[in-house]
Amino acid sequence: MGKVKNLISIQDLDRKGIDAILDTASKMETVAIDRSDLLRGKIMAVLFFEASTRTRLSFESAMLRLGGGILGFSEVTTTSAGVKGETLADTIRTVERYADVIVIRHPLDGSARVAAEFASIPVINAGSGAEEHPTQALLDFYSIRKLKGTIDGLTISLCGDLKYGRTVHSLGMALSQYDVSIILAAPPSLKMKPAIIEEMKKAGIQVNQVDNIEDAITEDVDVVYQTRIQKERFYREDEYFKVAGKFKISNKDAERLKDDAIILHPLPRVDEISPDVDSMPQAKYFDQVYNGVVTRMAILKMVLG
Amino acid sequence: MPDETELKIRIVKIKDGTVIDHITAGHALDVLRILGITGGEGSVVTLAMNITSSRIERKDIVKLEDRFLAENEVAKIALVAPNATINTIRDSKVEKKTRVELPSTISNVIVCPNVRCVTNKEREPITPKYEVLSKQPMKLKCNYCWTHIEETDIIEQFTK
Repeated sequence: MGKVKNLISIQDLDRKGIDAILDTASKMETVAIDRSDLLRGKIMAVLFFEASTRTRLSFESAMLRLGGGILGFSEVTTTSAGVKGETLADTIRTVERYADVIVIRHPLDGSARVAAEFASIPVINAGSGAEEHPTQALLDFYSIRKLKGTIDGLTISLCGDLKYGRTVHSLGMALSQYDVSIILAAPPSLKMKPAIIEEMKKAGIQVNQVDNIEDAITEDVDVVYQTRIQKERFYREDEYFKVAGKFKISNKDAERLKDDAIILHPLPRVDEISPDVDSMPQAKYFDQVYNGVVTRMAILKMVLG
Repeated sequence: MPDETELKIRIVKIKDGTVIDHITAGHALDVLRILGITGGEGSVVTLAMNITSSRIERKDIVKLEDRFLAENEVAKIALVAPNATINTIRDSKVEKKTRVELPSTISNVIVCPNVRCVTNKEREPITPKYEVLSKQPMKLKCNYCWTHIEETDIIEQFTK
């Protein structure tokens, strides 16, 4: 038996690996429409210990389009882990006997690594606490490459909750492998983890940190990646309200961008992008949603193919 | 700055106990805090800080009369003083001389300071492990959540 292929961190992939997934995702555009039997007979277990709309449904849609089957849960209170206190390790050692691949979302940092440690089948991290969300980073990369034609040479602003936002952690680490300029825009209490900034600088990337949204949305910027200030990541509500509501993108902000600049958001959004931005040419976050399907088809092919 | 010869005069030999030598300069007080030694125990404690050394540029020394170290205490000292040597003295003779060794991965010495780390979840059958990223300054990486743990976090945890 060969080595099990997992996707736990975006750092499991080098640039060649990322580009290979993006190339496969591109080929999946027609497969997604025509459907395929590529993974016929394979079963994907989706274990969602945390809420999700897009990640879970796009994984399920990806598997169904490739001819595979799905099982799992999205409401932890219906499981032995949620009600009876079963450990994550035991849940994994059970589920691996029912499926060929595990897709897991869990509220704790490092949880996907525990799953991979106890599973003899591939594990895909669909969000681990505030730590990482590698498949989101891959679909973000795919979206940027599809819309801009390239990733190298771009100026990219990562905005909002850079401390607890797992999508920007994975995206930031992956961007270290490309020739880009990065603007990190966050309130002082939600700045990017120093370890990730260190990683970017070590890779020779120009990193500019700002504490307001205005400096992150300028005519020099090619990609604005906005994120939600996540209430569920705060222990204290008053701290959340202190920073929530700031870092909103209005249509006035978006007007400062070039016509071919793009605004992305991993969604869900609350009010950090004003609805009047949705109709502007730069607003691409709903196109980004569909890219999640083809990117996850490519990821499933990689780990199961 | 005093050298080791001068120091021998200043610090008397001990009969039974432990000499912790080659402590990273400035960390002798951290070592005492890790060992829970306050001075109120009644035993002789001798301490010298920032003295010159042939092996490392500057060092601290701690001599503890009637105090021997457990394995777990040696492991903790290795994290704040990775070049330290531990001399066990009995009847005024060096019974055992060991140089602390910091492996590339450590476990069972600290807990991950990231409260959201899966290693802090009760009953999960996992052993927290940390990769040593740097010895000076000490920096560890949790092998599960990949949090970087700085020297100040480690000392704070040991001396709580």
